[in-house]
Amino acid sequence: MLHIKCPHCGLRSQNEFSYGGDATVKRPELNKEVSDQDWDNFVYLRKSPRGKHLELWQHISGCRQWIKVERDTLTHEIFKTLKANEEI
Amino acid sequence: MSQNYRLDNNGLINRDKKISFKFNGKNYFGYEGDTLASALIANGIHLVGRSFKYHRPRGFFGAGVDEPYAMVQLIRNNESIPNVRATEQELFEGLEAKSVNCWPNVNFDIGAINNFLNKFFPAGFYYKTFMWPRSFWYKVYEPIIRKTAGFGVVSTNHDQERYEHKYEYCDLLVAGSGPSGLASAYAAAQNGARVILAEDKPRFGGSLLTSEVSIGNQSGQEWVKNIISELKSMPNVTVKNRSQVFGYYDHNMLVMSERISDHLPKTKKYTPKQRLWYIRAKEALISSGSIERPLVFGNNDTPGVMLSSAAKEYLKIYGVLAGKKPLVFTNNDSGYETAIEFKKNGIDPVILDTRKDPSSEIVNEAKSLNIDIKFSYVVVAAKGYKKVKSADIAKISDDKKQLSQIENINCDCICVSGFWTPTIHLASQSGNKTKFNEDIDAFIPGQSKQNETVLGSAKGIFTLEETLKNSFEKGNELSKKITNKENKISLPSVVEKKYTNHDKFWCVPLPEGKNYKRFLDFQNDVAVTDVELALREGYRSIEHVKRYTTLGMATDQGKTSNLNGLQLVSDVENKVVPQVGHTTFRPPYTPVSIGAIVGREIGKHSKPTRKSPMHSWHEKNNAVFVDAGVWLRPRYYKQGNENLFEGSKREAKNVRQNVGVCDVTTLGKIDIKGPDAAELLNRVYTNAWLKLPVGKARYGAMLREDGIVMDDGTTTRISENHYHMTTTTAQAANVLSHLEYYLQLVWPELNVNVVSTTEQWAGAAIAGPKSRDVLQKLFPDLNVSSEGLPFMGYIKGNLFGVNARIYRISFSGELAYEVNVESDNGNFMWEKIMEVGKEFNIQPYGTEALSTLRIEMGHVAGSELDGRTIPYDNSLEGLVSKKKDFIGKRSLNKTAYIAQDRQKVVGVVPLDKKTSIPEGSYLVKDANAKLPNPKLGHVSASCWSVEYDNPFSLAILKDGKNMIGKKLFALSPVKNISIPVEIVSSHYVDPKGERVRS
Repeated sequence: MLHIKCPHCGLRSQNEFSYGGDATVKRPELNKEVSDQDWDNFVYLRKSPRGKHLELWQHISGCRQWIKVERDTLTHEIFKTLKANEEI
Repeated sequence: MSQNYRLDNNGLINRDKKISFKFNGKNYFGYEGDTLASALIANGIHLVGRSFKYHRPRGFFGAGVDEPYAMVQLIRNNESIPNVRATEQELFEGLEAKSVNCWPNVNFDIGAINNFLNKFFPAGFYYKTFMWPRSFWYKVYEPIIRKTAGFGVVSTNHDQERYEHKYEYCDLLVAGSGPSGLASAYAAAQNGARVILAEDKPRFGGSLLTSEVSIGNQSGQEWVKNIISELKSMPNVTVKNRSQVFGYYDHNMLVMSERISDHLPKTKKYTPKQRLWYIRAKEALISSGSIERPLVFGNNDTPGVMLSSAAKEYLKIYGVLAGKKPLVFTNNDSGYETAIEFKKNGIDPVILDTRKDPSSEIVNEAKSLNIDIKFSYVVVAAKGYKKVKSADIAKISDDKKQLSQIENINCDCICVSGFWTPTIHLASQSGNKTKFNEDIDAFIPGQSKQNETVLGSAKGIFTLEETLKNSFEKGNELSKKITNKENKISLPSVVEKKYTNHDKFWCVPLPEGKNYKRFLDFQNDVAVTDVELALREGYRSIEHVKRYTTLGMATDQGKTSNLNGLQLVSDVENKVVPQVGHTTFRPPYTPVSIGAIVGREIGKHSKPTRKSPMHSWHEKNNAVFVDAGVWLRPRYYKQGNENLFEGSKREAKNVRQNVGVCDVTTLGKIDIKGPDAAELLNRVYTNAWLKLPVGKARYGAMLREDGIVMDDGTTTRISENHYHMTTTTAQAANVLSHLEYYLQLVWPELNVNVVSTTEQWAGAAIAGPKSRDVLQKLFPDLNVSSEGLPFMGYIKGNLFGVNARIYRISFSGELAYEVNVESDNGNFMWEKIMEVGKEFNIQPYGTEALSTLRIEMGHVAGSELDGRTIPYDNSLEGLVSKKKDFIGKRSLNKTAYIAQDRQKVVGVVPLDKKTSIPEGSYLVKDANAKLPNPKLGHVSASCWSVEYDNPFSLAILKDGKNMIGKKLFALSPVKNISIPVEIVSSHYVDPKGERVRS
């Protein structure tokens, strides 16, 4: 079980969090033209890196904040956790 | 019965307390402090079971977790427990155990015929034999294999015992209470660290319990006693025996299984049988010790062949003789300790040492005690079937390849010692890259991966002095870093015997003309020839050899067999062991009961049960409940002998004709506040929200970014910047997370707060042509006319002194209202509704009637919004705004989503107007077409229409819009029926929606 440092609450066990996917994906802006290709990439295409990855997690049984977690997908090492509005 | 193999004085057992027990139906007795194994050996029982494949007789090989043989079926307090290791099971009054894997009994076992047919069961036998004819697998092979496979029998009764889980944090977790564990725990405790010390066995001390050493002028045993009592008295230390740390997981999470009551005849009241500890340790100290390695020779599985360390443990802890004419077969000095212990107790052992001329303190001691020692000697084969009767021994040449002077000598047990294997399981599970140590012919931990530190013989350190020095240092150093305190203790003086080198010999060659089975894995019957065969057949990777031969795959996970297996592979392949590598160590280190893993999460405890505030009223009024997610909802209210069909029909009919009331508390409710609330809704829902006036509700659907409908519901504008959103029961949590995602990550500029208020409001839906009359009675002062409270209107009211919110919304398609009050007032509201509704023939209705009402109205719900449908499919395209952007809108342009023959929701009526169509049925053109019959759609929801008194279903059908009036077939392969049907509009009742607006 991972040990994740919520930037708002501190170190908590993984079972308080839910996984939210790739944190590097940016939603295209509303009311802007988006090509089919770009939209499909946004909706469906995700990298599955072996190694360092920036992920979203939500502290669902805690402060309910979405946070960013930089984690190694191979070793589960967590390098850094950030608030939703912080950039790596 | 007398205990022929029990000494008069040795051991740590309590001789004042006799304990009687039963084995295979016969009565025996032992003493408090015995294990089942020690008590059986004391009683002269050496045959306990039969082996897995060849059904060869099985006795005792070890004295603890490494035991490969002695598994029994245990009966404790009327529970039957399979595969209990007799070497671990402590004796309790009234214990009953039976042999496994034998029929009719352990002495005469029919399955032993496999032993004589063993040529037909080589490695890979299963893979080679059961491949053909293919049709035999299902009917012939599988049933036979199932019948013969496995050891004990799992009880099919409900386990009455209680198991618990516990989460714990500590600075240092010390796994194992031998010298290294005690020293490190003691040093860390002195520095004020929070320490958990875990010992698998009932007694603390590990090797100190059986070794002849002194520490600081005390015997090893005294030192253990003093340290343990001091540790127990310290508030920062938790000391646990009967507790196995069996797994090392991510981020220094270790899991430990504590056997609280297994050693008692019956679990005490309010006490669990076992407890699983999830321990998050800052540092894990692994002091798990080492396990003696067997030597491999002919028939080395015969009962009476035993690890030399086990024989010593039986002597020193239990005062039990493994045999009265012991042979000690060793390649190192440890065997001598066992021999000397026998000698001290008046038994004359013979030592066979594979070494030519070893010289050390302990060898000299054995010599001075006049023990018969034969150097450069080996056991060629054990003789005897159910018990060792004698042994063929021989002189072995210096190159260890030639045997000479083979002779037979009498003996009743053979104690083997092939040196020691560090127990590196936990370190390896942590991710530690192990390395091979040539000096000890075994793998030891290398670079730490997580915060694990390995100590003592688990690390390959076999002298007590070095172990203690190193462990005191590590315990001090690691705890000091955490507590910033140091209270250094001086190293006690240590007296121990010096050992000389062991002999790198492990397998006795076969004498000419002999074909003895030489076993590597004792539990799975894997012999030297099996591994050789696998290598001849081309298996190279040790992982493949393991799976092909099943070496190390038994319940003991190869604790005694793995290294010898690796030796063999490297010998045959002319490699060195580190090139061969070892197989992966996976948790659990020892078997853990399923009960402990499940803990309290069984039956109704496996998830929370949520009940509405009106639950007790429902119960009192004969509600039959149904699980709706975690909620319990009334399915129908049973009257007399009614069944579900009759009851729900009556309730639905009463809504259409009079008025009904339904508990809708379970609907998800989200409070939305802030100046940008309308903008948020406008982006989340597919329809327009910016112009919704205060006091009005609107129906909306929300999509995922891929265009699939996520949820639907109504949202009401309570005041200028305040909205009340409802979601479906099932999606409530997901919708909240969805909103939070967009607010926190995508549009943080929106000034909006969202919070779940599902639990804060109790809700009642009052539906039916007479619902306005009921509402007027509930709120006599309010104008509830169509002008005062129009369709989709919202007003506040005072319900007999209680604040209420009234929404004119409808799920049933009838004139309907939803009244919400604070949860505490839910029951009061419900009773008032029933009271004032009496004169209008109000009846409560459950989820079944609720479904009937929505299905015949063509209102989509969870079974249509199934994660595969877009707004068009659900006939919600009218809600999709063309003007504004919203979540998922861009995806609706996809070719498949705008296809002309896109699927759409339709109604389905059986032609005979009698046969109900099972949900999940396929709609096809031709009922008799060849399989796979092309599927046009599926039936998503079915009901008995109370309006027309015939079955009616909703379906998602390809090109649904052009299929109205067509005749198809509904096929249910599960029920093996085919029903001719007609496709009709999904709006079966009141297609113009006049009733809700009346």
